[in-house]
Order: sequence, then C-alpha cells, then structure tokens
Amino acid sequence: MPNNPTDLKYSESHEWVKVVGDEAALGVTAYAVEHLGDMVYAEFPDAGTVLNAGDIAGTLESVKAAADLFTPVGGAVTARNEAVMDDPALLNKDAYGSWLLKLTLSDPSQLDKLMDAAAYDAYEASQ
Amino acid sequence: MEALIFELSCPGRIGHSLPEIDTDDYAAAIPAELRRESLDLPELSELDVMRHFVRLSQLNYSIDSGFYPLGSCTMKYNPKINEDAAGLPGFYHLHPMQPEYEIQGALQIQYELQEMLKALAGMDACTLQPAAGAHGEFTGMALVRAYHRSRGDTDRNLVLIPDSAHGTNPATCTSLGMTVISLKTGADGNVDMAVLERALADNQGKVAGMMITVPSTLGQFEPNIVKIADLLHAAGALLYCDGANMNAMVGEIRPGDLGVDVLHINLHKTFTTPHGGGGPGSGPVACKANLAPFLPTPIVAREGDRYVMQTPEHTIGKVRSFWGNFGMHIRAYTYIRQQGASGLKEVSRDAVLNANYIRTQLQDTIPPAHDRPCMHEVVLTGKRLKQETGVKTLDVVKRLMDYGYHAPTIYFPLIVEECMLIEPTETESRETMDGFIAAMKAIVAEAHSDPDLVKTAPHNTQLGRLDEVTAARDPKLRWLPSDPRDAESNWGSGRNPNQVSKLEPLNRD
Amino acid sequence: MVYSAHTPVVRDEMLRAIGVQNIEELYVDVPAGKINAPINLPAPLSEPELIAEIRRISAQSADVLTHPAFLGAGAYNHFVPAAIRFIQQRGEFQTAYTPYQPELSQGTLQAIYEFQTLICELTGMDVTNAGMYDGSTSVAEAALMATVINRRKRIVVSDALHPHSIDVLRTYADGHKIEIIATANPLDADLSDVSAVIVQQPDFFGRIADLRSAAEKIHAAGALFILVYYPIALGLLKSPGEYDADIAVGEGQPLGSGVNFGGPYNGLMSCKNQYVRSMPGRIVGQTKDTNGQRGYVLTLQTREQHIRREKATSNICTNSALIALGSTVYMCMMGKAGLKRVAELSYNRAHYLAEQVAKIPGYKLHFSEPFFNEFVVEAPIAPADLNKRLWDEAGIIGGYDVSDRVPNGWLLCATEMTTKAQIEQLVALLQRYAEEK
Repeated sequence: MPNNPTDLKYSESHEWVKVVGDEAALGVTAYAVEHLGDMVYAEFPDAGTVLNAGDIAGTLESVKAAADLFTPVGGAVTARNEAVMDDPALLNKDAYGSWLLKLTLSDPSQLDKLMDAAAYDAYEASQ
Repeated sequence: MEALIFELSCPGRIGHSLPEIDTDDYAAAIPAELRRESLDLPELSELDVMRHFVRLSQLNYSIDSGFYPLGSCTMKYNPKINEDAAGLPGFYHLHPMQPEYEIQGALQIQYELQEMLKALAGMDACTLQPAAGAHGEFTGMALVRAYHRSRGDTDRNLVLIPDSAHGTNPATCTSLGMTVISLKTGADGNVDMAVLERALADNQGKVAGMMITVPSTLGQFEPNIVKIADLLHAAGALLYCDGANMNAMVGEIRPGDLGVDVLHINLHKTFTTPHGGGGPGSGPVACKANLAPFLPTPIVAREGDRYVMQTPEHTIGKVRSFWGNFGMHIRAYTYIRQQGASGLKEVSRDAVLNANYIRTQLQDTIPPAHDRPCMHEVVLTGKRLKQETGVKTLDVVKRLMDYGYHAPTIYFPLIVEECMLIEPTETESRETMDGFIAAMKAIVAEAHSDPDLVKTAPHNTQLGRLDEVTAARDPKLRWLPSDPRDAESNWGSGRNPNQVSKLEPLNRD
Repeated sequence: MVYSAHTPVVRDEMLRAIGVQNIEELYVDVPAGKINAPINLPAPLSEPELIAEIRRISAQSADVLTHPAFLGAGAYNHFVPAAIRFIQQRGEFQTAYTPYQPELSQGTLQAIYEFQTLICELTGMDVTNAGMYDGSTSVAEAALMATVINRRKRIVVSDALHPHSIDVLRTYADGHKIEIIATANPLDADLSDVSAVIVQQPDFFGRIADLRSAAEKIHAAGALFILVYYPIALGLLKSPGEYDADIAVGEGQPLGSGVNFGGPYNGLMSCKNQYVRSMPGRIVGQTKDTNGQRGYVLTLQTREQHIRREKATSNICTNSALIALGSTVYMCMMGKAGLKRVAELSYNRAHYLAEQVAKIPGYKLHFSEPFFNEFVVEAPIAPADLNKRLWDEAGIIGGYDVSDRVPNGWLLCATEMTTKAQIEQLVALLQRYAEEK
C-alpha cells in the first residue's frame, strides 16, 4: 500500500497541493514521477499568470514521455521553482520536497474536491 | 569507435577536383556587405572521407547484414536492380523543370505507377506527391476535409482513431486543425463496435472520418471492416486507411473492396524502396472517384501517346515542391514490374505464413497478446516474464543484439503491456527464423537463470547501453571545438587520431 | 515470387508446424469474398528483361549531363562526386531503419550528428535537425513553428520565394487559420501581430540583397525572421546566422544530389538555441555509454509525434537520412576551399552568361539588383518557343519560362557544370536567331 504524506491534498491527475494561509504550493506525486521515469525537462508559467482549476500549468518530460501538469485549484501564480526547471532530476530525488508552482488561491472551496492522503493511497493502488 | 570527421581534418588538405576559373572573376567584386567572412568546413582527402564513412557504416545493423524483425516497418530485402534503375542518367540527372517533351520517360514511370497502385489498392485515382507515410496521411486527410467543405458540410472536424494507432495519425489530424476522438480498442484487439456507434451517435454531423490501420497495429485483420465502412458512410463520414501494413494485403486484398475511401501506401515498406536509415520514403495516396477532384497538383495523365501533368479541378494545392520522391517511384515501379500480380500475391501470403510461424513457435516462450491467427506481424507480451524475473521487454531486445539480431519494435502498440511487435517479412527463410526463435528461447532461459545478464545487455555490441537521460537533460547537438566536452578533439590541428591510434592493436570484435 | 526464401515443401512444413491445412485458414478474419481479388498488372519480367525495359523508358528523357542545360528554378545541377553514391549505396546505410536502437545504429547516428554540425557551420546557426522532406515543406514547417513560438497567426512572405514553397505554405497553413500575406516588399509591410517574416536569398529570380537591417526591424515588431537559403551560395555570401535569422531553412539537393526529377531531396532546418524545443523533426545528440565511451542517440524526442501524438506540432517522421548522408559526404569532400570554388564558378559563369546574352539585340536583363547564379532576361519571343527551338535544333535544355511573372521572362542559370563552351554555343544560337528577324 502506498504511503503518501498526510499534510497534502491530491488530485486524480496525480498532483499534490499544500496550503499555507491563502497560498497553495503545487507539485506532482511520487507515483506520477515514477511513472514518467527520469525527468529531463520542466517548464512552468511566469509569476503573474492567472490559472483556473483544470488549466494546464506546465510541462514535465522524461526521455520517452511528456506530461502536462494540471492545476486542480485556480489562482494567480506567485512563484515557480526555477531550481526544478534547471535540474528536473530533483523531482526524481524527492517529489514531495519539490514544489513546482505557488499560487494565491482564488477559491479555497476547490480544495474540498481533492483527496486526502488515505483516499489517494487507495486511488494510487487502484491505478 | 570512430573519430568525428572534424577531428580528422588537416589544414590545406583537398578532397575534390574542380575546374579552374576560366572567365573573368566577377565574384571578386562581390561587395563586403554581401560577402561572408569565414567558413569552416573540414579539410580531408577523398580517401580520408571514404574510410571514415565506410567505418561508420560498419557500426550499423541493416537488412543486408541480418534479420531485422522490426514490427510495423516491413524490413524486407531491397532488390539491387532497383538501385540500377534509379541511377540511370535519364532519371537521376533529369531536371524537374524541363518541358514535357523532354521528360516523357519519367512521366511514363509515374503514370504507370499510379495505374498499378490503383489496381492494387482497388481505387480510382492516385497521387505520387507525398514524400513519406506521414505526409501521405496529411494529404489523404486533407482530401477528406476538402470533400466535406465542397459539400458545404463545414462542421465535420472530428476524426475517430483507435487507441492502437500509430502516433502519426493523431498528429496528422492536429496538423490539419482537426480534432481527434480516441476509440478504446476492444478486449479482442478489434474495434469495439459499440464504442464506434456511440461516438457516431454522440457527434452527428460532426465526424469527418475515421483513420484505421488494416491490418491493425496488433497484426490482426479487422473482421468488421466492411460494417465499419458502412456505418461511417451512413453517418456522412469517410474511411481513411493507414496503409502501413499493406504488406499483409498486397496482391490479395484490395482496400477499396473493403469500403475504404482513401489510403496512403508506403513505398519504402511493401514496395522495397530502402529505408535509408530514416528516409527518404514515399507515401502515394489512392482514393475513390469522389475524392479525385481534390488531389494535390499535379497528377500525371495520358493523352494519346503523350504523358502530361494535370491539375485536378478542385485541388488542395501542392504538398511539396516538384513532383514527389521520383527516385522512390522508379524503385517501386521496378519491383512491381518484376513481381507482377502473381508474385505480389505470394509476397503477402508468405509474409502472413512467416509471422504465424514465429507466433506458434514462440507461444510457450513469450505468448502472443491475442491467441488467434495473425496477419504479417505478431504482438507478443513479456508481461509474465517481467513478473517472474524482473526482466523487461527492453532488456530482452537488447540481449537479442548480443545474439546478432535487430530488436523488434517494442512498447508499441501502446495498449499492450511489455509488448514486442515482430514482423519477419516474406523474404526471410525458415532457417533464419529458426535461429531467431532459438535465440528468444535462450534469452528467456537466461532471464530466469541470470536476470542481470539480460538486464545489462547488450554486451557484444561496440557500445553498451547509451545514456539517453543525460543526452536529453544537457543536449549536445553539434561538435564545437570550444565546448569542454569536445576538449580532446583535434579540429584543424593536423593530428589525425585514426592514424595515431594505429599504434595500438585494433579490436573491433 | 522473386526474392522468395521458401520452396513449396517448406511452405507445407511450415503450415503443419503452425497447425493449419492451408494458408486460407490464416485469413479467418477477412470478410468472405474479399481475398483472392483479381488484380490487373503487367506480366512479371525477369531481371534482364526488366532492366532492358527500364533503360528503354529512361531513354525517353533527356538528362542535364548529356545536354547543355541552363535550368535552375529550385533544382541545381551541381557536381556530384562519385564517392557519394558509393557511400550512400552501402547496404549498412541504405537498408537500415531509423536509428531507434542506438547500439546498432551508431553509423547513421554519428553521420547525422556530423551533418547537423556541418549545416550549423554553413548557416552560422546554433542547432540543426536531422532533415525534412524538402525545401518547400521546411519553409511551411518553419512558419508553423513560428506560430507555436509566439502564438501569432499572420505570416508575411516575400512573393519572390520559390512559387512551390508559397503553394506548400498555403496548403499547410490552411488547417491552422494562419493568414499568409505574400508581398514584394515584406520588410515594408505592417508587421504588427505578425508571427514571422519569410525571405529567400537568393530569391526565386536569383537576386541577392543586403539583409543586415532585416532582423532588427522584424524583431522590433516581435516577429521571427525566417531566411530561406541556397546552400551553395553560402560558400560566398553572408550566412543566415550573420543576418541574425531565427530559423534558417533551405533545399539540400545542391549539396551532393542529382536533380533527380525533383526528388528525393532533403529539407534543411536550423534555428537559434532558444527555439530548439519547438523545432520539428529528429535531432541527434551526443552522450556516453555505460563504459563512458562517446556515442550518439536520438534526443529531445518528446517533441515528436510518436510520443506527443495529437499534441505534437508536426506529424513528420522521415528525415531523408540517406540524402543528408550524401550532403555530409559532399561537404567533407568539398571542404571550405571546394565549397567556395563551386560558389565562385557558379557565380562567375552565370555573370559571364548574363553579360553575353545582354549584348544580343532584343535581349535585356530584367532586374538591376545583384544576383548569384540565376537571372531573368527579357527575350524577344516567348520563352516556351525559344526553349522548343533550342531543344529541336541543338539539344539544349533552355531556361525556365517565367512569362507569367515577367513579360517574356526567361530565368537562366549556370553552375560549375555549365561550361564556357556551352555558354558560347547558346549565345551564338541566340545571336543567330536574333539576326534572322
């Protein structure tokens, strides 16, 4: 059985969200990273970009796969993780230690639609 | 390994023989604002160049060197007579802009090839313009779009594509601004008719057509193909056939008889024009009469005893410069004239025979994805092997290299886990296939007894597994003397590492 | 069937090993009545009959080696060293597939890497892909690439591009709702909200222009500069890189291929570093194997159709590898001195031809701008009639008829293959025709 961090919320497209005040950090789960393999490229929108829940919020690439990053919550981008863009292998080392984007939440109620760790563990096991 | 050509360069060395300037030197007056300041190209003798590229060729695996069962690619023998034909000066040195009266021979080849491909495909019209299979897809789907537009049916922008399709099919639709609906394949590997009917019902008046590969990328003939065509036609849509797998049908089954409206034909597969390490190919498109007015310009027609170029009435325009990959047209023409209808029928029959031979002889070793007769290629799945030994399909095919075989296609089609797609083709003998089958059995035995041996393969090739991750993370796409990664190079220094290294014993396996 | 490996006995044994009585049993899924289709083709020919037939047909065409030829217009009869075909016809290169298994394809991969480097050197650009179908499709793909990079939908193109390139560009643009604006003076056009400006140098009429200020103007409008070049001309003329082009494309045929009735050719495509992830086509990169040895692989493949499927920006797979190999060998044999010599000879002989033709009564150079190895002359009679007469009376392949663009316009070309004697023969005939009047 997987054992994902309990302080995060999860989406069905394998993103995680960590909320601090009205700001959310967005990342991808260890399951997603393992599925993609060795990451070779990552690109995210500039600070200031306004995203709606469900929008594409970046691109992640391994040697033989490319995946869009979707944001499960809407808001304005306040920061993107330049370190991951410079060295995408950081994701392979620690998916939960590597946030990708930070945004100001436009609608905190969107968080309610996300899974908690226990639900995501079960969801991941069913994939 | 072989040095880079730049590292062999010697200042002042000459590898060409060109005329002297025998007019006034007008070029000396080119003003500085138009003239380039410097141009660095390597300086080598003709022998330097020959040896370099002959040595490089020896690092390649090819059909001429051994069994190449690369599924979906039809790696059959490429007859050498084709090369003699294509190299004749009346073809190779014919200029594409010469007037019609100077190029009758070339037009005759194109006209007759169009006619022969129409006969083999069961179609009414043909263009030789597309330069490759994907380019044929682009052309064929552009015809479909033009057909609907001409009828004022402008809402039809959706294309149905089975999820087993080649990646080019969806990419083609995108490059035409059309939208893809992916159809989930049924458990038996065929089109799920309920899924198809629902997609048509949900999108009435919006479906332009369906792109289907026959036989499918799973190597199976679609049993409902005629019904699929009928359903599409009843819905006002057209059926496009990806002709990548024509080698299973040539001389035996005409796609036009199955209800297909338009298809492309890969001359570099069924019709033996060489793959060339990645091209050039050629992807003629054949279609029914209702699509003929939209064909790209020009097509070749016959008027009395003359051959002429014509522009179809409602042409989609040009898809490439000049008149298609003519050199490939000659090769395919030569092959078809040599085989005739009876020879081509045997081609497809032997292709099917050989694939089924491999399927049945390996079924207890690595099972087929679907337990039924296949057409010209078979999909095996290494799922069980991976569960039992941890050895993946990728490892198995890398180990095949140690046994002297090229890898089959792997991880395609995407819908079969740990798959390998094996296409022996009709030109391979039973002895060759028996050798391959024995190698596969030996590798599966190794996977159980010594999995690491397989996981770290290949061991006998000039290079081991290559680091594709570093190549993609930190791309190095050209040689550059100032790049620290090229620090050991000898650009222009006059030192020739190939000659220097002769002091060491050669070890080229 | 020719090239069969099976005897009737072997076929029977294989059917038994498979567990069927006859081959038809393997066609269980084919609908009834759809196999055994009657197919009407000419009867098969043996190899000696076949080569005789093909030779007979090829003799119905007149090639540019046997006949004096003054035809360019996008395909150029340059010298093809004998060594090129020997290398291209090695089975190891010719009968290999796309190098997806790098351990068995280092020959093709290293040759492509060398090709990429040589084209970068020639064009002064940062990165080059492994090749495209031809020059015209490279132009179209470059335009689509620009629209992906800056998300604009208008392309301004010089109307002096090769007409086939403009036609292909229009065909490719159709599905993307991209507006193509063809104009005589693209740099004077309104460039607001324009994705890219496409200029050809030398242009279809052979003219060359000082493009040093072009990039600045185009970039100021937020557009990309796409320069279409003639690779031989770069032996003498400023490169796309020196003109600060963002994407450089060209027809690779002049680099070591015969004119081959229009194909197969190879499309050349290069760009600046920052755009490499938007570039279509295959790219080879250098890496190391498990033992630390230098080697080559296809890389940045996530741009391509086999991974990105409907999200790919192009559906191209083919890279005309064998033609690119020929160009690689060509550039290595020519070296920097040879390529310059070919360019000088082409330039000089074309200028000698122009000077001589312009002296003939009734003939006049149409343009006053500098040209490379091709130029438009206004003839006293229809160029089609002139070509026919030269062919019938002297076996000369004349120039290209551009009377749809220039009244009685005749586009003449010379290369290092056009000898001074051939030029003098043509000039003497034109002189004689002029005197008849």
